[in-house]
Amino acid sequence: MASNGSINSAIPSGPLADKWTKHKNESKLINPANKRKFSIIVVGSGLAGGSAAATLSELGYQVKCFCYQDSPRRAHSIAAQGGINAAKNYQNDGDSVWRLFYDTIKGGDFRSREANVYRLAEVSANIIDQCVAQGVPFAREYGGLLDNRSFGGAQVSRTFYARGQTGQQLLIGCYQALEKEIAKGGVKMYPRTEMLDLVVVDGHAKGIIVRDMVTGEISRHAADCVILATGGYGNVFYLSTNAKGCNVMAAYRAHKRGAYFANPCYTQIHPTCIPVSGDYQSKLTLMSESLRNDGRIWVPKSPEDAAAIREGRKKASDIPDEDRDYYLERKYPSFGNLAPRDISSRSAKEACDEGRGVAPTGLGVFLDFRDAIDRLGKDTIEARYGNLFQMYEKIAGTDPYTSPMQIYPAVHYTMGGLWVDYNLMSNVPGLHVLGEANFSDHGANRLGASALMQGLADGYFVIPATLPNYLAGETPGSVSTEHDAFAEAEAAVRERVDKLMSIDGKRTVDSFHRELGLLVWDKCGMARNEEGLKEALEKIPAIREEFWENVRVPGDSGNLNAELEKAGRVADFLEFAELLCYDALEREESCGGHFREEYQFTEDDEAVKTGHTGPGEAKRRDDEFCYVAAWESTGAGNKPKLHKEDLDFENVKLSVRSYK
Amino acid sequence: MNLTLKVWRQKNPDDHGRIETYEAKDIPEECSFLEMLDIVNERIITEGGDPIHFDHDCREGICGTCSLTINGIPHSKERGITACQVHMRKFRDGDTIWIEPFRARAFPIVRDLVVDRTAFDRIIAAGGYISVRTGSAQDANALPVSKDDADASFDAAACIGCGACVAACKNASAMLFVGAKASHLNHLPQGQPEKDRRVLAMVRQMDAEGFGNCTNQYECEAVCPKSISADVIAKLNRDYAIAVAKEATTAS
Ligand SMILES: Cc1cc2nc3c(=O)[nH]c(=O)nc-3n(C[C@H](O)[C@H](O)[C@H](O)COP(=O)(O)OP(=O)(O)OC[C@H]3O[C@@H](n4cnc5c(N)ncnc54)[C@H](O)[C@@H]3O)c2cc1C
Ligand code: FES
Repeated sequence: MASNGSINSAIPSGPLADKWTKHKNESKLINPANKRKFSIIVVGSGLAGGSAAATLSELGYQVKCFCYQDSPRRAHSIAAQGGINAAKNYQNDGDSVWRLFYDTIKGGDFRSREANVYRLAEVSANIIDQCVAQGVPFAREYGGLLDNRSFGGAQVSRTFYARGQTGQQLLIGCYQALEKEIAKGGVKMYPRTEMLDLVVVDGHAKGIIVRDMVTGEISRHAADCVILATGGYGNVFYLSTNAKGCNVMAAYRAHKRGAYFANPCYTQIHPTCIPVSGDYQSKLTLMSESLRNDGRIWVPKSPEDAAAIREGRKKASDIPDEDRDYYLERKYPSFGNLAPRDISSRSAKEACDEGRGVAPTGLGVFLDFRDAIDRLGKDTIEARYGNLFQMYEKIAGTDPYTSPMQIYPAVHYTMGGLWVDYNLMSNVPGLHVLGEANFSDHGANRLGASALMQGLADGYFVIPATLPNYLAGETPGSVSTEHDAFAEAEAAVRERVDKLMSIDGKRTVDSFHRELGLLVWDKCGMARNEEGLKEALEKIPAIREEFWENVRVPGDSGNLNAELEKAGRVADFLEFAELLCYDALEREESCGGHFREEYQFTEDDEAVKTGHTGPGEAKRRDDEFCYVAAWESTGAGNKPKLHKEDLDFENVKLSVRSYK
Repeated sequence: MNLTLKVWRQKNPDDHGRIETYEAKDIPEECSFLEMLDIVNERIITEGGDPIHFDHDCREGICGTCSLTINGIPHSKERGITACQVHMRKFRDGDTIWIEPFRARAFPIVRDLVVDRTAFDRIIAAGGYISVRTGSAQDANALPVSKDDADASFDAAACIGCGACVAACKNASAMLFVGAKASHLNHLPQGQPEKDRRVLAMVRQMDAEGFGNCTNQYECEAVCPKSISADVIAKLNRDYAIAVAKEATTAS
């Protein structure tokens, strides 16, 4: 096992392509009679948690699964539209495990672990087999075989999809498997139940404290290990494409109990969302990236034309082709409109910063289907994107078949998350983290259709194989809820709930969340700089302080109380936001979703002179920053402590990420 | 725009519940229906009241969480959308809007507009799945599925489990929901081995949960945000009759 820096990533030795097989062969096993004796807590019922809970129960473990929605089927994974990647090479277009691996490493701007990513690419094919067997109705061709489409950052078609509802169909497959295990008695499901703290006994994760959101009852659950699959933290920005309930609480509570938080500053801004229209706005809606297969992104060449469009004096169709700037096609001819997300988003921001935005607020660019409709006909476009067009029309009130969509980037996904080793175990023994909640596979930027793949890889194929490496060293049922650590954690949770209820201030929870979100978006959003981050680090504690003095949580805690739930989540975002900014400040380079204005290519750089990249592109600093930043909590308000895991690239050559 | 809201308020499952009136003033017409409720709630909270509880999560019509009956119709009178996709530009200044929960015996009210739909989960647990152990699947393209079957299966699989069908039905029947699941799985070759078991188990669970019988009113189809066709009910009835007949033969 290689040890990296001060933290041990437990990456198996040997050639890249053999690591996973070798690791599985060398992993511990637990015999069937003993599996029954082990209990496992899974928090989260999305693709990662649901698939893990179902599979671990099939294997014979006793599983308890928790989610905050009224049904596990409603986890946020349901909202994914576009598709899921897999190295099947069904299109015979040259795809392979290696290519999916390489695209993912490069897409992540060389900030992820080779071994994890290779494993992800390797198991991707099994995921599709598994889902089809469960009855997931992927799109098919007339011959009855599975269809594929292309997604950003790839030059092959390896994305499987189910109309615009891929996440829903995958999650339903997973949910059905979970319900089957619930009926068999292998999984006990706790819907509308929120994890409020992690319980660590003698350094090992052995349980959680939860609140029943209907009765308000607070209770203890012990198990032989804990798995968190609680999704991402995009809602720290308040406005994002995430569901309203998405939160960082479970991960952040674990962080405060000792788990390292890795690379929080890697946040993904999705290029194709419906622009913000007013301050009442509660969330942003994504338009699937698949639209970029046929839609062309542009703004007028001149700010005057853009102003005319904003003010309603001109329409998109009044701008002749020679006056349009199809800026992605111009800057990245080989990838064009399918350039990766971070690059596409930043280009949209640049165009709008130059005064060429077309939405009434100035923050919006066109996504135009005129040429695709001329080429393929309206029917084909409708078959491909009908439901997305309909969704756009409902929200924006205009018809994308006749006038182009307006889009703008929005927070969408978070690559950072709790630090885990190759076994998906955090630095706290027994605490395992899956799906978007961990940091493991996407580096500084995730490629489209790869989150669903990772969630299901983690849950169906990785954790069932790696968990015994921890469990085999444990005596089943060794910890009960009577242990002092449970009493202490429960008391802390009760105190916090009581405190939130008793402040009785003047401002609503949402008003604090919005204030925080605007600040974080402004200073730690699509572009960041030292001054802004320092300013945010001064302002966040002030907002937090006011929150704890002036928030108003109405009602009582003994029944369903949505404001109390939100208050608990916002309280954690108010601490987490600082961690995010510390990480962004510390990483003095630009890579993937993290763009530091101080670090961009200029005309003087060799790579620009040779035409390899352009001025203004993100500049990585591999000599100093080729590591995972894993932060240890030192208590709210204190600067967290940085641990580094060096990233070794043995199989790919670090290069300037070019999509020209 | 200014609106008058008539909202169902009920503190907990035991409370009787009543309609209360709220004036919703200065609502931007670009906002969504749920954003309108957010604005009203912020005002209620600031004035020291208890906000209106309603379920929601994705706010884009896919998770099936939102469950409002707007002016007497589950989700709203607009076809093919969920309550969270309703926009205020569809209303007129001065309108009075009635907002109630999804009502059905099998969906007890938790609080205000929030109901308990776990009966749906228990129906799926009874048989709404294909048993396949993780890791035991064959190559995905080893089993071609005709595009027609795949499409028919998909049309039914689009169900988001919101329960509007039940709330719209005067018998509070769950046949559209159960039919959709049966059609999704029974249309596929992978779904054949468990087909009979599946329909028997799901229908029996549905009855045990207290959902009513279908008397072909088709209100369910009209309110379904995913426009699932009532044909799935006919198919379910056929599949069920066959399964019952087979069961009787094996039993005798
Ligand atoms: C609009 C949208 C479209 C997307 N489209 C795509 C796509 O096309 N392809 C792709 O690959 N990816 C896509 N993504 C990303 C992808 O959907 C997510 O990254 C992925 O589904 C996350 O899965 P998960 O299982 O890790 O978490 P989630 O699905 O978010 O599940 C989290 C679970 O944790 C539970 N939970 C959270 N906190 C607590 C707590 N404190 N207590 C108890 N339970 C808790 C929740 O109830 C839920 O069950 C999209 C994302 C969005 C927002
Ligand atoms: S909130 Fe998800 S469907 Fe309405």
